[in-house]
Parts: sequence; structure tokens; C-alpha cells
Amino acid sequence: MNVIVCVKQIPDPAMPGELDPSTKTLKRSGKLILDESDGYGVEMALQLVDAAGGGEVGLVSMAPNGEVSGLRTALAMGASKGVLVSDPELQGTDALTTAKVLAAATKRLGDADLIIAATESSDGYTGTVPEQMAEVLGLPSVTFAKSVTIEDGVLKVNRQTEAGYDEVTCTLPAVVSVTAGVVEPRYPSFKGIMAAKSKPVEEVTVSDLGVSPVGWAGANQEIVEVSDAPERQAGEIVTDEGESHLKIVAFLENLKVL
Amino acid sequence: MSITDEHEQFRTMVRSYVETKLNPRIPKWEADEAMPLHDVFAEMAELGLLGLSYDPEFGGQGADTTFTLILAEEMGRCDHGALPMALGVQVDMATPSLHRFGTPEQKQRWLRPALEGRHVTSIAVSEPDAGSDVAAIRTRAVRDGDEWVINGSKTWITNSLQADWLCLLARTSDEGGYSGMSQILFPTDTDGFSARKIPDKLGMRASDTGTLTFDDCRVPVANTIGEIGRGFQQQMAQFVVERMWSSYTTVGACDRALARTRDYCAERQVFGQPLLANQYLSFKLAELAAGVDMLRVYNESLAESADRGEDVTRRATIAKLTAGRLVRRVADTCQQFHGGMGYVEENWPARFARDNRLTSIGAGADEVMLQVLARLDGYSA
Ligand SMILES: Cc1cc2nc3c(=O)[nH]c(=O)nc-3n(C[C@H](O)[C@H](O)[C@H](O)COP(=O)(O)OP(=O)(O)OC[C@H]3O[C@@H](n4cnc5c(N)ncnc54)[C@H](O)[C@@H]3O)c2cc1C
Ligand SMILES: Cc1cc2nc3c(=O)[nH]c(=O)nc-3n(C[C@H](O)[C@H](O)[C@H](O)COP(=O)(O)OP(=O)(O)OC[C@H]3O[C@@H](n4cnc5c(N)ncnc54)[C@H](O)[C@@H]3O)c2cc1C
Repeated sequence: MNVIVCVKQIPDPAMPGELDPSTKTLKRSGKLILDESDGYGVEMALQLVDAAGGGEVGLVSMAPNGEVSGLRTALAMGASKGVLVSDPELQGTDALTTAKVLAAATKRLGDADLIIAATESSDGYTGTVPEQMAEVLGLPSVTFAKSVTIEDGVLKVNRQTEAGYDEVTCTLPAVVSVTAGVVEPRYPSFKGIMAAKSKPVEEVTVSDLGVSPVGWAGANQEIVEVSDAPERQAGEIVTDEGESHLKIVAFLENLKVL
Repeated sequence: MSITDEHEQFRTMVRSYVETKLNPRIPKWEADEAMPLHDVFAEMAELGLLGLSYDPEFGGQGADTTFTLILAEEMGRCDHGALPMALGVQVDMATPSLHRFGTPEQKQRWLRPALEGRHVTSIAVSEPDAGSDVAAIRTRAVRDGDEWVINGSKTWITNSLQADWLCLLARTSDEGGYSGMSQILFPTDTDGFSARKIPDKLGMRASDTGTLTFDDCRVPVANTIGEIGRGFQQQMAQFVVERMWSSYTTVGACDRALARTRDYCAERQVFGQPLLANQYLSFKLAELAAGVDMLRVYNESLAESADRGEDVTRRATIAKLTAGRLVRRVADTCQQFHGGMGYVEENWPARFARDNRLTSIGAGADEVMLQVLARLDGYSA
């Protein structure tokens, strides 16, 4: 069983992010790390391959400046190989084009039984790439998976909903987006870290993949303006004179949460 | 020193492991005054943290010494000193002699389970009447055929209530002084052995420190590490590795303590301004941070020398002495700048100060480091 995981490499969330005033986008020039959201997907893939008793976990990532740090982390966890799409032309690429690029990148790894992504990334969080990839690849898409198993070649997913979860079955191959916390990502061991050094990562450009147009040219969107989030207003203080509960109920009703 | 991507990945992994897996468990361990070392070591062994610099043939990882330095620095960022010390004992105090002087059979039998986290180990040197003066030890092993018959007692022995075996230093002849001692692998399930917890320590409360009694304990002479009669000399070499571990963990511990104190002082308003706006405070912190940086770089070059197989006795001694003194100043300063908040158990500076006080006492007191240095450098009469 071969599983491909989309791993996004993002600026370290512990560091304050910065916007580039000329492009109005997040600066991604420093070192990038594996998006924590994708750690779950990698772990899930490793467990599925393990349960299947054979196969490989491959990785695809699109990131600027030939960045591989996040990919190496996923390889250290146990993935076997990766494809990195890195190309200055990708500057300004929107989520749909990202999906096209990643879909093309998965083809470099050969046929996969399953493609896993996170429901949304930690930095961009449009939460649209996995579904768009499925569409581009002509595969079924199952979203918000909180558990994934494969029985007799059929994908079984518990799909998180507001009320609980749906039990979904689906044919393979498919694209599944997994929610945070579904599994506990393993720590890469010392041996894993050393082994990752010699695992293959193929770096490709957009023209290698034949996806066009990309970047600002391919984006059906434009960032017109960036403005600060409004300051948070001071809260309302309710002094309890025996009937504060009524005021709280009224307040919640006003917010339409009751 | 050449820090590769792998070193950085390793640091990231250990830091995250400490923050998310170890630190949340520490309040309970401190309250219980105990840690489940077999569980924790097994978990760490999975990550390859238990035998970084050891031979892969015996369960080690074959890593360069810089990885050990990184591990120790990051362990220094634990919320207490007890686990970093327990780990230090396991990998850098109780096992270096076995790795260096042991036979392949001994290493398979004793080193491998220690590095795989199945055995907990202790280094048993100090005695009620022999601490700084190791040559004064009286625990005696008398040969009876193929066996040593051991009598005596040891005290202050870290990990000893859970240990599966001890690296024991005992007198094996009547020569006296620095001669006639041997290092013996001592299984703690041997008849006549008992361990008693030393209660109410100032710090390192989660660490089990024990007093050990040996009453006609019989172990095979084949359990002797290296040469019979060379135990003192082998132990002195083992102490050198131990000093490096102390110095490396201190850098991580101080780094974090200073950053936390800086953040606290930036928040805390006194006389209408953040504490950090007082030049006295900010200079003090900057100066201590500079001291930590000096030690860090010194440690890095020490690790490199050790990797090249050079004799690092002198520099390890300087590093350990410097670390013990530095962390005392750091602890005292952090506590002082927290005011009353530094004097309550619920905040970190109190535990930090009492745990790290040990660095200047254990593994050879500051004065013993000075004694070694004075001798090596020709400053003693
Ligand atoms: C204005 C703008 C400029 C950009 N400039 C660049 C650029 O210069 N270079 C560049 O490489 N990208 C660039 N991007 C692409 C961007 O970083 C995202 O990859 C893309 O927009 C997906 O958006 P998202 O993070 O909201 O995806 P979501 O839909 O929230 O992501 C869901 C999941 O899809 C997968 N996924 C998403 N993106 C990637 C990825 N890049 N690699 C691997 N898996 C992924 C992950 O599993 C992720 O958790 C730019 C995007 C915008 C909008
Ligand atoms: C929590 C803890 C854990 C420990 N773990 C272990 C362990 O796992 N294994 C083990 O074998 N031991 C262990 N020890 C023992 C430790 O190594 C000794 O406490 C230390 O070596 C000092 O010996 P001592 O306590 O007998 O002090 P003493 O030898 O009585 O010395 C007292 C003080 O005298 C001063 N002094 C000593 N020598 C000189 C000198 N030559 N010149 C001037 N001043 C001097 C120093 O200030 C010293 O602190 C541990 C101790 C503690 C507290």
C-alpha cells in the first residue's frame, strides 16, 4: 500500500510572522518547518502502511527556495521519499494552483492508493487544497477524517461533523483530509534523523510538471489591501446583584448563541 | 564546531519531547518524590537518546559527541534537575567505564539493556566517610574462588532504589591509597544487598538517592570491569565524562531561566514601568547571559576535543567548576528579580535554585575541581 502525504513547510509559528509590503503576502524567506497539521497526516500514513504490512509513504511539498527542512522531519519520522516543487515562478500562487501543482507532483511518485492532506494548513488555512487536488486528479474526496482504516481495499473514514461523526466508505484511490489530533505523531528518533539524510527528495520546477499558468498570473485572486485587525473592545462587566444570570442570558441571546 | 542539519533536527526533536512529553509529568514526579525510570528510559531509548556516543554493536547510536552535548543542553530545559541527572548517571556516569574497558560479553549483558532502557543503572562511589576523597573508600570485595564477597556501604547513590545494576567501586586488595580498587558490575538482586531512600533532600526531590548496604554479597569475579586493581584510575576517567554532562546541562538550564526571567521582568510593572526598564536588572541579565554563552562555546570545543580522542580532563574540570558557579549566580539572580514570586513553590525559580545548587557539590565539589586544576597546572605545593 502506497500513501502520499502533502506536507506544507511553513514559517515557524513560534516566530512572529511578517508581511511583505510589496506583495502583501507572508514572508517565507527564513527557515521553514513542517506544518504541525501535517504531522498527523504523516503519522496516519505510516500507521496505514504498517497495518497493510508493506508499502511506502511518499511526500509532496511546494515551498520556496528549495526548502527541505520540513520534508526531512517527515522523512525522519519514517516516510521514504519526497518530491519538492520549488520555483520562483510560484510566487503569488493561490490555493487552486497549489492544488494543481501538488496533484502533478504526486504523479512523480507513481500510483498511490491514498493521498492524505490536513484539513487546513496552519498559516494559510483556506482549507481548500485537498478537495481541489481530488478534483484535479479525478479522485473521490473525503474530508475531516478523524479516523481512517482500510478494510479489504475499501477506505473507511469517520468524518467529523458538528453533531458527531459520519461513517463514510469510499473506493481507493482517494484523497482524504485529516483533522488535527487524530493520531499522535511520533518523534523522529536519532536513527530516523540520520537515515533521512540519504532518502531521496526530487526537486522539480513548474515546467518539469507542465502546470501553467502559475504564480500571480495563474491566480484568480488579488490581494488589494491589508489592514490591521480591529482592536478588541473592552468587555462588559456585569455586577452581580442577584440577577446577573438574566443579564448573561440576554447577552447570549443577543449574540444568537442561545 | 560543525553543526549540521541533523544536529538541528535532533535539537528540535529533543526540545519538543522535553516540552510536551516530559515537563507535563514533572509536577507529579516532584510531588511523589519519585520517577518511573524504567518507563521513561524505555521511551527515551526508542528515540535513541540513551547511548548516543556508544558503539552500535552494543545498542549505542554511534553519534558524535556534539549530539550528546545537544541532548544534555536540551535536557537542562526540563522543569526540574532530577531527570537530567538520572539520565546523566545512566549514560555518562555509570556506563562509560563499561563501554571503554568492558569485555564484549559484559557489554552485551549489561550495557545493551541499559542503552535499550530495560535496565536502570547507578554509579556507586561515595561512602559515608569518603566523598571528596575517593581514595578513602572502605567498601571491600574479597576474592573467594570465582567470586567477590562484598561488604560495606555506599551513600548518596542516584537512581539506586530502581537500579538493576551498579557500577561499584570497591577495595579489592590491602594496598591502600589509589591502588587496589576495582570497578565491579553489581546486580541489585544479589543476596545481602539493600537500598534505603535518603529522605528530605533540599532539591532533586524526584531523584531517588539511596544509602546502600552490602552484607556478604557474592558476585562473579567475571563482573570486574577492566583490570583488577585499576578501579580508581578507571573511575577518575569516568568522572571526566560526568563533568562534561553537568556542564552541558547547565547551559540549557541557565539559558531558559534567564529568558524566563527576562520575560517576567518585561511584564512586571514596578514604579510605573516594567522591571526590565531598570538598567541594573537588564545589565545583570545581559552579563549572566554572556557568561552562559562563554560556557556554551567552551563546552562545544570540549565536545570536539573529546571526539578527537584528546585528554580533556583539565577542560572538563574547568567547565564543571564554571558551570557550578554560574548556575548559582543565575539561580540567585532569577529568584531575586521575581521578588515574592520567586519564593513560592508554585513558581519555577525556587525549584530551579535548589536543584541546581547540587552542581557545585555533586560529581566533585568546586573545591575538588580546584584541587585537580591546581595540581594539573602546577599551582599546588
Ligand atoms: C498571495 C499568495 C502568495 C503565495 N506565494 C507562494 C510562493 O511564493 N511560493 C509557494 O511555494 N507558495 C506560495 N503560495 C501558496 C501558499 O503557500 C499555499 O500553499 C496555498 O495557497 C494553499 O493555501 P492554504 O495553506 O490555505 O491551504 P489549505 O487548503 O489550508 O491546506 C490544506 C492542506 O493542503 C496541503 N497543502 C497546502 N499547501 C501545500 C503546499 N504548499 N505544499 C504541500 N502541501 C500543501 C497541506 O496538507 C495542508 O494542510 C502563495 C499563496 C498566496 C495566496
Ligand atoms: C543529590 C546527590 C546525588 C549524588 N549522587 C551520587 C551518585 O550517584 N554516586 C556517587 O558516588 N556519589 C553521589 N553523590 C555524592 C557526591 O559526589 C558527594 O556528595 C561529593 O563528592 C562531596 O562529597 P561529600 O558529600 O562527602 O563532602 P565532603 O567530602 O565531606 O566535603 C565537604 C565540602 O568540603 C569542601 N572540600 C572537600 N574537599 C576539599 C579540598 N580538598 N579542599 C578544600 N575544600 C574541600 C567542599 O566544599 C565540599 O563540599 C551525590 C550527592 C548528592 C547530594
